[in-house]
Amino acid sequence: MPDLSNELQQTVQTAYQSKTPLNIIGGNSKSWYGRTPVGSPLHVSGHTGIIHYQPSELMITARAGTPLTEIADTLDEHRQRLPFDPPHFGEHATIGGTVACNFSGPRRPYAGSCRDFMLGCNIINGKGELMHFGGEVMKNVAGFDVTRLMAGSLGTLGLLLDLSLKVLPHRLAEQTLTLNADFPAAIEIMNRWAATPLPVTAMAADGKRIYFRVCGTPSAVEKSRQQIDGDLFEDGWSFWKALREHTLAYFDDDPRPLWRFSVPQAAAHIQTEAIDEQDWFIGWGGTQRWLKSDLSFDDIQKLAHNAGGTASLFRDKNSATNRNENSDGSPHGNREGEVFAPLAPALMQLHHRVKHAFDPANILNPGRMYREL
Amino acid sequence: MSTNMAKTPTDWQTFTFEMTKLVTADSLLTTPEALAPYECDGLSVYKQQPAMVVLPNTLEEAQAILKHCHAAQVPVVARGAGTGLSGGAMPIEDAVLLSLAKFNKVLDIDVDNRTAVVQPGVRNLAISEAVRHLNFYYAPDPSSQIACTIGGNVAENSGGVHCLKYGLTVHNVMGIKFLNTQGELIELGGNVLDSPGYDLLALMHGSEGLLGIIVEVTVKLLPKPELAQVVLAAFDDVEKAGQAVADIIAAGIVPAGLEMMDRLAIEAAEAFAKAGYPAAEAILLCEVDGTEAGVHDHIQSVEKVLHAAGATEIRTSQNEAERLQFWAGRKAAFPAVGRLAPDYYCMDGTIPKAALPGVLKKIAQWSAEYQLPVANVFHAGDGNMHPLILYDANKPGELEQTEAFGKKILALCVEVGGSITGEHGVGVEKLDSMCVQFHQHELEQFFAIKHAFDPDKLLNPGKAIPTLHRCAELGRMHVHDGQLPHPELERF
Ligand SMILES: Cc1cc2nc3c(=O)[nH]c(=O)nc-3n(C[C@H](O)[C@H](O)[C@H](O)COP(=O)(O)OP(=O)(O)OC[C@H]3O[C@@H](n4cnc5c(N)ncnc54)[C@H](O)[C@@H]3O)c2cc1C
Repeated sequence: MPDLSNELQQTVQTAYQSKTPLNIIGGNSKSWYGRTPVGSPLHVSGHTGIIHYQPSELMITARAGTPLTEIADTLDEHRQRLPFDPPHFGEHATIGGTVACNFSGPRRPYAGSCRDFMLGCNIINGKGELMHFGGEVMKNVAGFDVTRLMAGSLGTLGLLLDLSLKVLPHRLAEQTLTLNADFPAAIEIMNRWAATPLPVTAMAADGKRIYFRVCGTPSAVEKSRQQIDGDLFEDGWSFWKALREHTLAYFDDDPRPLWRFSVPQAAAHIQTEAIDEQDWFIGWGGTQRWLKSDLSFDDIQKLAHNAGGTASLFRDKNSATNRNENSDGSPHGNREGEVFAPLAPALMQLHHRVKHAFDPANILNPGRMYREL
Repeated sequence: MSTNMAKTPTDWQTFTFEMTKLVTADSLLTTPEALAPYECDGLSVYKQQPAMVVLPNTLEEAQAILKHCHAAQVPVVARGAGTGLSGGAMPIEDAVLLSLAKFNKVLDIDVDNRTAVVQPGVRNLAISEAVRHLNFYYAPDPSSQIACTIGGNVAENSGGVHCLKYGLTVHNVMGIKFLNTQGELIELGGNVLDSPGYDLLALMHGSEGLLGIIVEVTVKLLPKPELAQVVLAAFDDVEKAGQAVADIIAAGIVPAGLEMMDRLAIEAAEAFAKAGYPAAEAILLCEVDGTEAGVHDHIQSVEKVLHAAGATEIRTSQNEAERLQFWAGRKAAFPAVGRLAPDYYCMDGTIPKAALPGVLKKIAQWSAEYQLPVANVFHAGDGNMHPLILYDANKPGELEQTEAFGKKILALCVEVGGSITGEHGVGVEKLDSMCVQFHQHELEQFFAIKHAFDPDKLLNPGKAIPTLHRCAELGRMHVHDGQLPHPELERF
């Protein structure tokens, strides 16, 4: 279980002095996410191993390069799990990469996101300073919450060294049910159930059916099944895993970019002539909507904006050849352009200042999140 | 007025005169009598009158006030209900105290998305009251929930007895709008589960008024559980109660709340609230909520675990009235303990649960040494302890003794792997203890974040993060030849 903190710190210090941009790489399972990485590769997956796991404290601390599978297996031995059910997107996925992307699985709206379960971290900022924030306890409001700020920052604020996360016990029983419904009906029904105390832990819709997962004690699950009155879906476990890992048929090879909409859960189904119904897939009870589309970045943002949210280019398998352009000539639908929704000017300015506070020489994953950050 | 020079009485006259043009007459307080109610927050040992109190009615007024303060480089301290327990909302001399009390409206309830948009001065409990008819509620429930505001809750990242299962404020707020020192409105998050960019929403939680003035909050509403039941268990030994907590967790149960009280706290609560608590060395309150079927199953398991852990008595609430009665003693613990002595000092450290027996032993030992009694109230499920030190501020030196004792407890929390504050914040109270928990680079990183949001150091300056100088003077930081490291860096 090698501890590479010192080596990594030295590398960042040297890069800071020579102003050399670094491309931080964990398991390299999510290199397709965000804008095209630039900079000299810095591999961190060697910094690996679970440092501290105390089941009764509901807490685990691991080096950022620790494979997600190792963490899942270790927790499983004690009938515990990462509550946010992270997607792996590849066998080498690390906990560091997961946190950097703030990726969470189908359970997210009901259990919380990756950032919600972060307790503490050791990081190296862009000046090569090794720092510790948060801790291994559930509650901690000493100093600014740098730990949660790291989640989803795509390595642009700090190199993640060690991470402490809250864990939870496995649910006792679970069952997946289905009901027939098109998208508009599905959104309505999913939100109706979400407004009740039913122990729902996942909901999704593919345009033909709604999938519900209920978890709890066996009798609670049985009671919920009667209430929802859906058809029992035998292989629920595989379905949710395939949805989480994007291996469902919907995500099968398609030359078009995959967009992720983040909209209010009950936002009406987005329908336009330019989009076929089968190009949608709705997850997270209505708040996360996937779309396969060749529409321009601007058009996509308009659709998302009208629905009360934002959209991002999640994955573009053909980024190199998808050289589409917006009206102003900027690239779109590929990772040379922006992939995340634009920020209001005052907010963007604040982002610059926050980035500067952590990485004044702009060497940590520069441009991975926004062109300018 | 210039930044660096102290302001003359004429400067202040001009500043105040300009302020009268920005708000209605009843929204500007300047006389000592009018300022008196604002001179402290819930930590009343620290008192200070501000230059003035301003209570804007509208967003535009708040923006104008901030612009005015920015132009004159006058610091601003935000205040909600002033129930904070670390001096966060305590005024600063020669600064404006900005009360958000008039921002007290629930702006929108989105039934379909189960969210509410509220102004920062809305009281925590008022949110749940406003959505009760929908069978929804807002989960975080600090014991001060009748009085404290949602703006203060965000600024402190407040918890409550139910945060073991439902999380802290940061887990239940989906978006905020805040003003920077120049009165610019910035929006973070909203009616969605995530937003592009950095998670500045998380960063604003617990920022104690140092990064921006929160003017609007979008909160998540939850459907009320079908059923909640609480089990009360008595123990003849604190250590056994601590082990029972670990056993419940190990059994795979996540209670909605899991609280512990020690003998002194039990006796005080019983005398005050008549909750019917048995005499014991420790009691645990374990609440389970959810669907009826789920609760029944879990209550059975909890009872079994508590028996096995050696509880001397176990009672399970049979109806809502009884459940509330069980809680009444715990919820009244602070005022109840307050009756045992002229003053009490509430600590707020967190520790790994396994460290509890050792920490309690140490506290008992110090309590004897300092001759200051301690009652322990403990959010046992998440390791957040509230030792209440009893003292008499009128006895010369006793407050100082109490504070010294308190600092020792916090240092011990850090030593066993915990934190100096779980939910009450640093404010002015725990600045010294911050030097124990953080090192130079981390403090510098905090300064850099502060600088990104508030380059002129106008928002609640001097609170929450100690200067490197202060830590150096405490001997907590290595100072070479009397030189602070990185003298070129800005400090605040
Ligand atoms: C009897 C009692 C019991 C308590 N129980 C709990 C408990 O169970 N859990 C818990 O977590 N806390 C508890 N507290 C502490 C306190 O109630 C919380 O910290 C609460 O969140 C403070 O809210 P407030 O509106 O009173 O804020 P204030 O005390 O007015 O302010 C607190 C901090 O927030 C800042 N602030 C306030 N409003 C804004 C705004 N709009 N924008 C920016 N900054 C702002 C202030 O500058 C200050 O730093 C308790 C306090 C008491 C007196």
